Amino acid sequence: MTTTVPADGHRTAFVDNDQKPCGHGRMLRKEDPRFVRGRGRYVDDLQLPGMLHLAILRSPLAHARLVSVDTSLAEAHPKVRLVVTGAMLAEKGLAWMPTLSGDVQAVLATDKVRFQGQEVAFVVAEDRYAARDALELIDVEYEPLDPVIDVRTALAPDAPVIRDDLEGKRDNHCFDWETGDAVETDAVFARADVVVKEDIVYPRVHPAPMETCGAVADYDAVDGKLTLWSTTQAPHAHRTLYAIVAGLPEHKIRVVSPDIGGGFGNKVPIYPGYVCAIVGSLLTGKPVKWMEDRSENLITTGFARDYIMRGEIAATREGKILAVRTHVLADHGAFNGTAAPVKYPAGFFGVFTGSYDIEAAYCRMTAAYTNKAPGGVAYACSFRITEAVYLIERIVDCLAYELGMDPVELRMQNLIRPEQFPYRTKTGWVYDSGNYAPTMELATQLAGYAELRAEQAEKRARGELMGIGVSFFTEAVGAGPRKDMDILGLGMADGCELRVHPTGKAVVRLSVQSQGQGHETTFAQIVAEELGIPPQDIEVVHGDTDQTPFGLGTYGSRSTPVSGAAAALVARKVRDKARLIASSMLEVSVADLEWEKGSFQVAGDPKASVTIQDIAMRAHGAGDLPDGVEGGLEAQICYNPENLTYPHGAYICVVDIDPGTAKVTVRRFVAVDDCGTRINPMIIEGQVHGGLTDGVGMALMEMIAFDEDGNCLSGSLMDYLIPTSLEVPDWETGFTVTPSPHHPIGAKGVGESATVGSPPAIVNAVVDALKPFGVRHADMPLTPSRVWEAMQGRPTPPI
Amino acid sequence: MQVPAPFEYQRVHSVDEAIALLDRLGDTARLVAGGHSLIPMMKLRLANFEYLIDINELHDQLGYIRVEPGLIRIGAMTRHRELLESDELAAAFPIFRDAERVIADPVVRNRGTLGGSLCQADPSEDLSAVCTTLGASCVVQGLDGERVVPMEDFHQGPYETAVGDAEMLTEVRFPVRPGGSSAYEKVERRAGDWAVVSAGAAVWLDGGSITDARVGLAAVGPNTAGIPGIADVMRGRPPGEELYARAGDIAAEACSPATDRRGSAEYKRHLARELTVRVLRRAVARAGRQEA
Repeated sequence: MTTTVPADGHRTAFVDNDQKPCGHGRMLRKEDPRFVRGRGRYVDDLQLPGMLHLAILRSPLAHARLVSVDTSLAEAHPKVRLVVTGAMLAEKGLAWMPTLSGDVQAVLATDKVRFQGQEVAFVVAEDRYAARDALELIDVEYEPLDPVIDVRTALAPDAPVIRDDLEGKRDNHCFDWETGDAVETDAVFARADVVVKEDIVYPRVHPAPMETCGAVADYDAVDGKLTLWSTTQAPHAHRTLYAIVAGLPEHKIRVVSPDIGGGFGNKVPIYPGYVCAIVGSLLTGKPVKWMEDRSENLITTGFARDYIMRGEIAATREGKILAVRTHVLADHGAFNGTAAPVKYPAGFFGVFTGSYDIEAAYCRMTAAYTNKAPGGVAYACSFRITEAVYLIERIVDCLAYELGMDPVELRMQNLIRPEQFPYRTKTGWVYDSGNYAPTMELATQLAGYAELRAEQAEKRARGELMGIGVSFFTEAVGAGPRKDMDILGLGMADGCELRVHPTGKAVVRLSVQSQGQGHETTFAQIVAEELGIPPQDIEVVHGDTDQTPFGLGTYGSRSTPVSGAAAALVARKVRDKARLIASSMLEVSVADLEWEKGSFQVAGDPKASVTIQDIAMRAHGAGDLPDGVEGGLEAQICYNPENLTYPHGAYICVVDIDPGTAKVTVRRFVAVDDCGTRINPMIIEGQVHGGLTDGVGMALMEMIAFDEDGNCLSGSLMDYLIPTSLEVPDWETGFTVTPSPHHPIGAKGVGESATVGSPPAIVNAVVDALKPFGVRHADMPLTPSRVWEAMQGRPTPPI
Repeated sequence: MQVPAPFEYQRVHSVDEAIALLDRLGDTARLVAGGHSLIPMMKLRLANFEYLIDINELHDQLGYIRVEPGLIRIGAMTRHRELLESDELAAAFPIFRDAERVIADPVVRNRGTLGGSLCQADPSEDLSAVCTTLGASCVVQGLDGERVVPMEDFHQGPYETAVGDAEMLTEVRFPVRPGGSSAYEKVERRAGDWAVVSAGAAVWLDGGSITDARVGLAAVGPNTAGIPGIADVMRGRPPGEELYARAGDIAAEACSPATDRRGSAEYKRHLARELTVRVLRRAVARAGRQEA
C-alpha cells in the first residue's frame, strides 16, 4: 500500500489498491446545475390550480385531557373551507395511524394530548395566512395532567400513565430488548483484571433538515386517484401504508417525492400532517398543501438518540479487551415512532461491540414512553449505530484512561484482524469484510499523531489545553436481507428497471429517493460502469411511485448497498441480452465475444465490434434478432442483499480549549473512511464533510431540551444550534478500500459513516484535553459552560 | 414559513411623520428598522402589533457617524455593517469593531441598526453593552422636541426602554476623551449566537496611570450593566494584572446571571470575571500604544 498526499493543500490520501475509477469516478454532479441556480423543485414550490392551504393546531401542553374543541369561530372565518378535529377523524376511523414500529399514533388527538406540539385540529383555508390565523380562533379546553419528562422516573409505579389509549396499559413501559449472552459476559467480567464503568448520555438531537416536512395532496374524484407530493425518503413504503391507513386502493395512490432539501432520517416517518393533507383533499375535493414551519419541524418531528447508557468494559491489565456490557434506558417519546426493521426495536444497536475482537458481550435495554415528541430512529444514525459506536468508543477511551495507555495503541491491540473476516460478533452480526489496522495507521500518519502528542505534552507543561481524540468505527448499512429485515411486513429489497432507448441513451428507474446524496450522478455512474454508456446519457428516475419499481427508500446508508447493487445487476442483465444481439450482429458465437466497456468485440479481432449503442438500435430495429430474443433492450430486477455491508473508518480530532472561557475549538479533523469500492470520490467526500459537520454540532452544541413541564426549549434555530462553517476546520480526508465481497461492485455505503464516527472522536478529544483536571468523561453537548463545569470537577449529564 | 398575525404597514419618510403616526396609533404600533428581532418575534407570534411603521427610508437622514471635537454622534438608523466598516469609529472606539465582528452574521449586519439594537433592549445584546461601556447617551425625539437620556436610564428592564409610545430614538452620542481606548469580547456557543456573556471595557490613561475605566457586561442581568465600582478601584492606579483581577472580582460580584440553556449562573459569573480581565488588558494595551 502506498500513500500520497498531494501538494495542492488538499490533504487527501490516495491509497493505491489497483482500483480503477468506477463509472468515470470524480465527475461533477448531474443534478447540481439546477441546485446551484436555485432551480430545484421542492414540495413547497408546487402550485396547483385551486390549491388550498392547511395549518395544524398543536397542543401547548405536554400532557392534558382534551375536554372540548370549539371550532365555530374558525369555521366562520371567510377564507376557511374546512376545520377538522380528532372527533371528526374518529368517525371516519382515521384518528389513529400505525407507526413504522407497529405502535399507533394519533393523527389528531381525541382523548388526550401526550406531547407539546401534538396535533389537535387542522384548518384548510384559501391561503396560508388565513389558515394560520384561523388556528387562533379554535378554542380548546384542556385539563392539565402531570407530565412525564424524565425517562429515569417514567417507569416509577406512581408515574402518570401516558398511553392509556392502549388497552390494559398501566405503566409507561415501551419495550424490553436484549442481545448477547448475559451469563457468559458476567463470567468474563468476574475474572477480568480491570473493569471500567461509565454512565454515558446521548442526548436527544434533531435532524433539522433545511427543508421542513410537507405535502400537497390532490384527490381526483373523477378517476378516484390520490396524488401526494411529499417530503419522503421512502415513497413506496409510504404509499403502501397510506393504502393500509386510509383504505384507498394502492394502485390509486401515487406518491411523488420531488427534490428534497435534506432528510437525515427526518423524512422517513409518516407524520400526521401528511394524513391531514390527504383528508383535507378528500373532503374539499381540492389540492391541499401543508408545509410545516421551522418550529413545528423542530418540536414535533422525528428526533434521534435520547439514550442513557451505562457502559462497562472488562480488560486485562495489558489492555486486551475481554467483554462489554451495557444497560440502556431509551426515551421513545409519546408514541414509538421508531423506523427500524421489525425484529430490531433498538435498531442495529447490537453492533455496540464495535471493531474489536472480544470474548463476550451483553446489552439489556428498557424503552419507555414520555411526554415528548415521538420518533426514535432518525438523523443519519444507521439505525442506532451512532449510539452504539459512541458507547464503545467512549468506554474504550475510559479504559485507556484507567490503564494509562495511548488510545491508538489500545485500539490497535484489539481491532479485529483481517483474517478473521467474515467476523461473527458476540451479538450475532457477521461483518462482511474489513482491514482495520491500515485504516488506523493511515489516520495516525495523516494526523502526524506522534508529533501531536509531543505538542500536547509541551502545551500541557505551559498550562494550555489541547486534546487529541480518536475513534474507530464499524458501520452496518444496507438493510437488508429480507429473511431478517422488514418494516411493517415490507421486505427491504429494492427493485430497479433499466431501459436502453434505440439511440443508446438509457433510463434507470430506482426505488430509493435522493435527499441531496447525488443519486442522479452515482446511479448513472454505476450503470455507465456496467454498460459503457456515458453517465450523461443515462437518466435517473426516482421519487415517483408511478414511475419506479417498489423498494424501501433511502435511509440507513442503504441506497448504494441495496439499490446500487440492483442498478449494477440490472445493467448486467441488459448486457447479457446485448451480448446475444451482438453475437448475431457479428455472426459469431456468444463465446467468441469479449466485453470492452461499451462494446462487444470478437476475440482476437478487435476491429470486429459493435457498441452498446449499435446493439440498442438493432434491438429496436427492423433487422433479425437471434432466435428466442425479444425486441427492446431493457431489464428489471429486485435485489435482495445477502448481508449488510460494513464500512469502517478511523478518525482523529484535535481540539484546543481556552482555559479561561472553556470554549472548545476543533483545530483539525482527520477522517479516513473505508466504504469499499468508491464510485464518485467527490460525492463521498461531500458526504463525509457533511457528516463530520453534523458530528461537531452534536458533540458541541446540539440538543433538544425540555423544561420540567415538558415545554420544548429548542423550537427555533436560535435555540437549537447547528454548526456553521466557522465551527469546523478544513477537513482532512483519506481512504482505504476493502470491497464488500457480496456487493456486485464491492461498494458499502458511506452516507452516515461520518455522523457515526465523528462525535466520539470530538468528545474523546475534549476529554483528553481535560485530563489535567482528572476528567474521564463528560457528556455532550460540550458547550463552554458544560466544559467549564467539568473543569470544576462536576461534569453533569445534560438530562 | 412561519406567518405573523395580520398587521397594517406604513412606510414613513420623516421622523415627524413617524412620531405623528406613533402618537395616533399608540402602543398598537411598532417601528421596524432592520427587523431582525421584531419580525421573528412576530412570526413566532410572541409579539403581535396592529401596525408596523417602517423607518428604513430614514436611513438617509439617520444613518451617519459624525466625528466632532469631543463627541461622536451616530444616527439611530446606522447599520451594523456601517459601524463595522467605519475606520473613524474604530480609531476612536475600537470596541465597536470588536463587537460588530461577533454580532450575528453578515445578513443581519447588513440590515440591523444601532437604534433597533438599543430599543430591543435584549439583556444579551452586544451594542447595548458597548453603549453602556462608552457612557453613551440617547437622543429621543417626541412631539415636543427631543430629550437626551443617559444609557444608565435608557434600559428599564428586559425589552423595556425609556422611549415613550409617541417617541423614537434618533441618535446616540458618545463622549470622546483623550488618552482612552476600548475593547470587547464575547463568549458564544456558536458564531452568530447571542452572548453567553460578553464584556466591554473603556479605559483612559494619563502618564502611566488610569484616569478612568468603564466596564459593561451583557447577558448577566436584566439589562446590560455598567459597573461603577470598577472605576473607583482603578482610578489613579497604574494598570496591571492585579488590578484587572480586582476589577474582574468586582464584575463577578456585581452581576446577577441566571442559569439557562446558554450556561450555568456560576459559569457566567466566572466569565464576567474572566472577560472583564481580558478586555481591560486589551483596552489598556491599545491605549498604551496610542500614548506611545
